[in-house]
Amino acid sequence: MSREVMEYDVVIVGGGPSGLSTAIKLKQLNPDINVCLLEKASEIGAHILSGNVFETRALDELFPNWKELNAPIKTKVTNEKFLFLGKTKSLSWPTWLLPKVQHNKNNYIISLANLCRWLAEQAEALGIEIFPGFPASEVLYNEDGSVKGVATQDMGLDKEGNKKDSYESGMELHAKVTVFAEGCRGHLGKTLIKKFELDKNKCPQQYGIGFKEIWEIKEEKHQEGLVMHTAGWPLDNKTYGGSFLYHAENKQVFLGYVIGLDYQNPYLSPFDEFQRFKTHPSIKSILEGGKRISYGARALIEGGLQSLPRMYMPGALLVGCDAGTLNMPKIKGSHTAMKSGIIAAEAINYHFKDKDDLSIYEKLFKESWVYKELHEARNVKPSFSWGLILGIIFTGIDQILFRGKLPFTLNHKHADHKTLKPAKEMPKIDYPKPDNILTFDKTSSVYLTGTNHADNQPVHLKLKDKNLPINYTLEKFDEPAQRYCPVGVYEVQTENNIKKFVINSQNCIHCKTCDIKEPSQNITWVTPEGGGGPKYGNM
Amino acid sequence: MKILVAVKRVIDYNVQVRVKEDGTGVVTDNVKMSTNPPDDNAIEEAVKIKEAGKAKEVVAVTIGEDKAQETVRKALAVGADKGIHVKVDGIIEPLAVSKILQKIVENEKPDLVFMGKQAIDDDCNQTGQMLAALLNWPQATFASKIEVKDKSLEVTREVDEGLETIETNIPSIVTCDLRLNEPRYASLPNIMKAKKKPLEQINASDLGIDTKPRIEQIKVEEPPKRKAGIKVASVAELVQKLKNEAKVI
Repeated sequence: MSREVMEYDVVIVGGGPSGLSTAIKLKQLNPDINVCLLEKASEIGAHILSGNVFETRALDELFPNWKELNAPIKTKVTNEKFLFLGKTKSLSWPTWLLPKVQHNKNNYIISLANLCRWLAEQAEALGIEIFPGFPASEVLYNEDGSVKGVATQDMGLDKEGNKKDSYESGMELHAKVTVFAEGCRGHLGKTLIKKFELDKNKCPQQYGIGFKEIWEIKEEKHQEGLVMHTAGWPLDNKTYGGSFLYHAENKQVFLGYVIGLDYQNPYLSPFDEFQRFKTHPSIKSILEGGKRISYGARALIEGGLQSLPRMYMPGALLVGCDAGTLNMPKIKGSHTAMKSGIIAAEAINYHFKDKDDLSIYEKLFKESWVYKELHEARNVKPSFSWGLILGIIFTGIDQILFRGKLPFTLNHKHADHKTLKPAKEMPKIDYPKPDNILTFDKTSSVYLTGTNHADNQPVHLKLKDKNLPINYTLEKFDEPAQRYCPVGVYEVQTENNIKKFVINSQNCIHCKTCDIKEPSQNITWVTPEGGGGPKYGNM
Repeated sequence: MKILVAVKRVIDYNVQVRVKEDGTGVVTDNVKMSTNPPDDNAIEEAVKIKEAGKAKEVVAVTIGEDKAQETVRKALAVGADKGIHVKVDGIIEPLAVSKILQKIVENEKPDLVFMGKQAIDDDCNQTGQMLAALLNWPQATFASKIEVKDKSLEVTREVDEGLETIETNIPSIVTCDLRLNEPRYASLPNIMKAKKKPLEQINASDLGIDTKPRIEQIKVEEPPKRKAGIKVASVAELVQKLKNEAKVI
């Protein structure tokens, strides 16, 4: 069946910081380039979740006058703390003993979702066509194998994939260059990396899962501009992770937890670790008397330069965390994502003007400050595979004494789905029950995300082997999907003594953790009907 | 025949609405907004009637701040021919809305006016009825089926007792129920085309209508939290609790 076709110079898949920056820079370089941007969320920003302490370096380049343009960047970082947590005690680490990359002077506490909404307004004013609610579900190729563009998802299919009365066929968007800006573990980016072997001779990508809650706290406990990070409890020495707590405007704090997805114990539940973390006296005292108003989670990139794939291929580029430009020791990815988008736009402009090959993108990237930054940061994350304490000691030497200039590079050894140990070798973890004041269950949490998927549509979490969860994964790993999913999409139910693997896909918040962590890579995340998923506000 | 459809921009039905701490209203900043769901049914029905050759033009009108235009654009993307945006900032009550719509009806001279049976934000369920009174037109509310006849409409209404079928003369007002139809998707090509369709902008003040609220809102607060349920061990305990604690038997 033939679909309608639209031709553009550039099609961008994803309306996050990298995709929007690519679009804006393209139009700034040449207003005649026609650009179309697709976004799977119901509106720009609704699928964006990030800490976020923002370094303005890339935005300064894109809009030097962002203050006059009233960008939603208002809360300057005024104070910083770093705590090591024991079970009940905490040790405050002097900030002068932190590596320079972790200093946040001149940075701002922002909502990245709101920044993206603002960037989208600027983009539309420049004449960029933005279409929220239209996920790109498929890469299209030319006969010579180069990328031709993307197709949007069909709408109005029922559970079995039959056409309903409301059926609308997807549409083909053809472009001279297609830019993939889907964020961490983009489902099209993933297929491109495989098809074009972009990760050849690179380390396996490393991921984390990040949680975020927004709390409105008591005025007397709120210190606008305070940035606090913690390491330690409740995680053990072997598990990589830590928390953030940012005092934003309007008596709100952005509270979050990140756990490396290379954890080993299948009984570990990242969600419950985060909930438990809030019961620590030094955190509880801040939240007490306050109210949780938002919740969400999203996988993030942790692999850095060693895992960064080649970012160009015939007819297409990868930008931001669809490739993996996050700077882990800096705990920041927005400025690097934006910068990669700016560089991609410059490369495309050369490609159109001087017929340069798209490989110029990689050349420009290597010459930029973002590459230098990622190079200096490269050894931090792998050193934590030796445990928290050795990791900290090494990072101190690497980052404070040598400023990231040690003459060797540590490698990441395993992909995250290979790190789980069999359940019988690992201790069970007994998580406390939620009190519904400070700690919550997954059901009441997903409710705050505003998540919905139109019912009676195909399940967008595909199993390669339908029987594997019960026949193998349950037996060997006690089916960890029940625990790593931050909203309880996966359940093992028992009916008449028969175990059943249930996928509540309507709750999915598009975090992609299952696609990453499933030990046999049995779960594939594909795009649901447009507009589905969470409806985050100022995350 | 010409059909005017009124659409309203409201907080999306999936969003968990949060009351402002000072009790002056609900939080709308950076909250996902959408077309009021039964208004989507109203547009869908008007477009269907047009597609069946029984109407020539569908005009979508919205009243509200600048961003309310999104709802008109969406209506244009699913088949409306022309849009009107009446600009007003702040809260406007059903009476003011009805008076504005009355003016629009006088200008546009539609044969039918469709709208959702009520908006999911204030749940007033008044605008259609008030507009009917102001225009002195017949009204059919809570429509779950509409059949266009020569000079009349046969409308099936969702009422407490079941379904009621009535006939009204044209012109008339119809307020639409969610059961009326299944609204179509706005396809990408149609969204693109909708950007080129005419959208007229009018300031409410230019229509000479006083939109000042007549109701003083004292306080908005959250409903009391439901207590967690308990499990009882026996029927006897249940009966005892219903009798002595809940005092319902």
